Amino acid sequence: MSIIILIAAVSILIAGGFLVAFLWGVKDGQFDDDFAPPNRILFDDTIKTKIKK
Amino acid sequence: MKAGQSRIENVTSCYHCGDECMNTKIALADKVFCCSGCKMVYELLNQNELCAYYDLNENPGVAQKTTIREDKFEFLDDAAIIQQLISFTDGKQTQVTFYLPQMHCSSCLWLLENINRINKGVISSRVNFTKKESFLVFDNKLTTLRKVVETLTAIGYEPHISLQNLSDKSIIKTSGNRLYKLGVSGFCFANIMMMSFPEYFSLGGFLEREIGSALHYFIVALSLPVLFYCATEFFVAAWKGLRNKFLNIDFPIAVAIAITFLRSIYELASGTGSGYLDSMSGIVFFMLMGRMVQDRTYRSISFDRDFKSFFPIAIHTSRNGKFVPVIVDQVKVNDVIRIHSNELVPVDAILSKGRAEIDYSFVSGESVPVVPQVGEIVYAGGKQLGGSLEMIVVKEVSQSYLTNLWNQDVFKSEKQSTSVIHGLSQYFTAIVLLIGISAAAYWFSEGEHLLMWNALTTILIVACPCALLLSSTFTNGNILRILSKSKFYLRHPDVIEDLAKINHIVFDKTGTLTESKRMKVNYVGNEITTDQKYSIGALLAQSSHPLSKIIYEFLQAFRHEEIESFKEIPGSGIEGWINDEHIKIGSAEFVGAQHSDSLTEGSAVFVKIDEIVLGVFQVRNVYRSGFEDVLKKLGKRFRMSVLSGDNDNEAVFLKKYFGQKANLLFNRQPAEKLSFIKNLQANNNANVLMIGDGLNDAGALKQSNVGIALTEGNNNFTPASDGILDASQFGLLDCFLAFARNGRAIIMTSFILSILYNIIGLYFAVQGTLSPLIAAILMPVSSLSIILLTYGLSEFYGKKQGLQ
Repeated sequence: MSIIILIAAVSILIAGGFLVAFLWGVKDGQFDDDFAPPNRILFDDTIKTKIKK
Repeated sequence: MKAGQSRIENVTSCYHCGDECMNTKIALADKVFCCSGCKMVYELLNQNELCAYYDLNENPGVAQKTTIREDKFEFLDDAAIIQQLISFTDGKQTQVTFYLPQMHCSSCLWLLENINRINKGVISSRVNFTKKESFLVFDNKLTTLRKVVETLTAIGYEPHISLQNLSDKSIIKTSGNRLYKLGVSGFCFANIMMMSFPEYFSLGGFLEREIGSALHYFIVALSLPVLFYCATEFFVAAWKGLRNKFLNIDFPIAVAIAITFLRSIYELASGTGSGYLDSMSGIVFFMLMGRMVQDRTYRSISFDRDFKSFFPIAIHTSRNGKFVPVIVDQVKVNDVIRIHSNELVPVDAILSKGRAEIDYSFVSGESVPVVPQVGEIVYAGGKQLGGSLEMIVVKEVSQSYLTNLWNQDVFKSEKQSTSVIHGLSQYFTAIVLLIGISAAAYWFSEGEHLLMWNALTTILIVACPCALLLSSTFTNGNILRILSKSKFYLRHPDVIEDLAKINHIVFDKTGTLTESKRMKVNYVGNEITTDQKYSIGALLAQSSHPLSKIIYEFLQAFRHEEIESFKEIPGSGIEGWINDEHIKIGSAEFVGAQHSDSLTEGSAVFVKIDEIVLGVFQVRNVYRSGFEDVLKKLGKRFRMSVLSGDNDNEAVFLKKYFGQKANLLFNRQPAEKLSFIKNLQANNNANVLMIGDGLNDAGALKQSNVGIALTEGNNNFTPASDGILDASQFGLLDCFLAFARNGRAIIMTSFILSILYNIIGLYFAVQGTLSPLIAAILMPVSSLSIILLTYGLSEFYGKKQGLQ
């Protein structure tokens, strides 16, 4: 049954990994701006439009 | 007949900004623009192949009606100023962050991030949309800070550079900290819960002893960061409250958290139980979440602007015979300064050269610009509408009239708000302590000492007022969210409660009840022939008086006429001979007309041609749409006053809507506005809501229980206030107030629910039989149901009040 202790420890480690990922994201400013990134990704890099006169 | 009472409805809207076009003269191919500024932006974008700007959104631009002077940003060549604005430079590259208040849609985002197609020196440009900021890196060899700013201005995004930027560079970073805490506490809560399950579900000691105690180590280890990191703010707040001899809601919460922890450690160490650490971390997690929902910040809105942010950074000052930009702070008495068109006068100064036409609407509330003569004093805060002026400084920025206004005591004291939650929590704490002590006394008298401690501690654990805190934080958070959807932004959640207590509303007139930019002209009298119209137009064109300009625009009569013996009498009117006709335009006394009572609304300008009074032009403010309705509704419940810095031309008109009982006060100085509010509060016990828009209202806004600043458009700057309301939503004012009152009902309802949970918990606790399992079920159930209830009720009331 003592395998449970090992499993518990491993599960906490894995969950800890996600926690670190979350904290990293906060630190990096992922939650700072919720408008620009989802819109930015939709922009085409090569739009060059010139409306002819 | 009444000529020209209705203007032809023109549906053409500007291709760039979507504003209504007055005529279709400014056009390019099939595209019509409202002003040449808009057209210029379009041409620039087209030249640089950036027209995708117009494909992403329709009419994404910002109106460019005010042209920007070429040397406006000359001060950005000054090394000292540059140093204060930029964040980093290594001589080759420079990094700078600009606040661009015009930013509002994905087109803006796209254009601003592609700015290097216009200015090749920009290496990268990154927009933070929520903050309305753009972070730019540029190459010093290819461009300069001034050129970057000029590029941004040319495409319609003039950065807001103010004295406040210079003096205060700190950027507030608060929300990140709480997100860390929330993440950590959520992690610990979930894992402690998981580790506790085996014990809860193991019946009859099925769980082996070693495994059980090993899991206990995990649990204790996980609870430490919750206690020592996540929960610190409750302890800090409780301690601060105690030091100020004030029992705030954080105090019983801190006590409950501490007791829960100590008791759990005791149980685990002595092997008498499994502790309540899962409940403790859960409570901390939910409370942090509540505070996070409540303390939403509007990063692009500033509630704390002081007069400095309205001032230009530098002003053209004469130094050694030449006009050079000088930082406003360094302008001294007797300096000669030059003010350009559309510039704010930052100091008190005497006019020495030029035709001044000063718009004081922001400072005093007067809707019609003032025309000071040479030798007269111009006060700080006025905006020059005409051409360039030269002035001699009489008072520096730090001494000026406007700054003095700001240095009054109201601006120094923080508003004390007594929240209903803090009041309730004190009773709550007292009652809980009473129950705890009587239960303990009972068990002590029965001789059950162990049970006594057991009952006392579990009572304090279970009756933690966290549910009360959750009710208020989540309710406030939801209310703020719903209000902000309707473009009403509050500075602090406590303002909701203050709004609910309001019983007297004070309105500013200019810019609040009326639209700040528009004036309506109405002609009453004999018919004007076309020729007469041109004559009147030609005469008006000679005058720089603001009223002349407004009527001139209204007539739309452009034709060159020979004018003989033109005369302008300040304060009265103008006269002249055109085509052998003697035309007099001006006040009733000036033309010799009878001033009838029906013409008392607005400013009246009479026209007389050859001794015959033709009629009168009434120039009036345009009132906000829906203002009659909202006043009617508000009048039923609140006392109302009008406090205006403008003249009393509109008094009769306003009386109709405000009723006879209302106080309508005109020609009020900013300081008088402030003392009026003070009097209301002191003598009538009034809870005052002040709604204003300009710097002249700043004192009154601060003094009133709730001060709301009205803003038009997204690049308007508002004085310091408790809330900012978009002018288009003015008609919803009564709904906002009703919704704020509903907030209290929501808090009470959810509080009653939480009391029910507490009674269940206490039922077990007083008997000393509250098991960790019951606590572990009760805690999340009560927290989640309160969150759902507050959410549901606030959505319901929001819909009921017609918001969203």
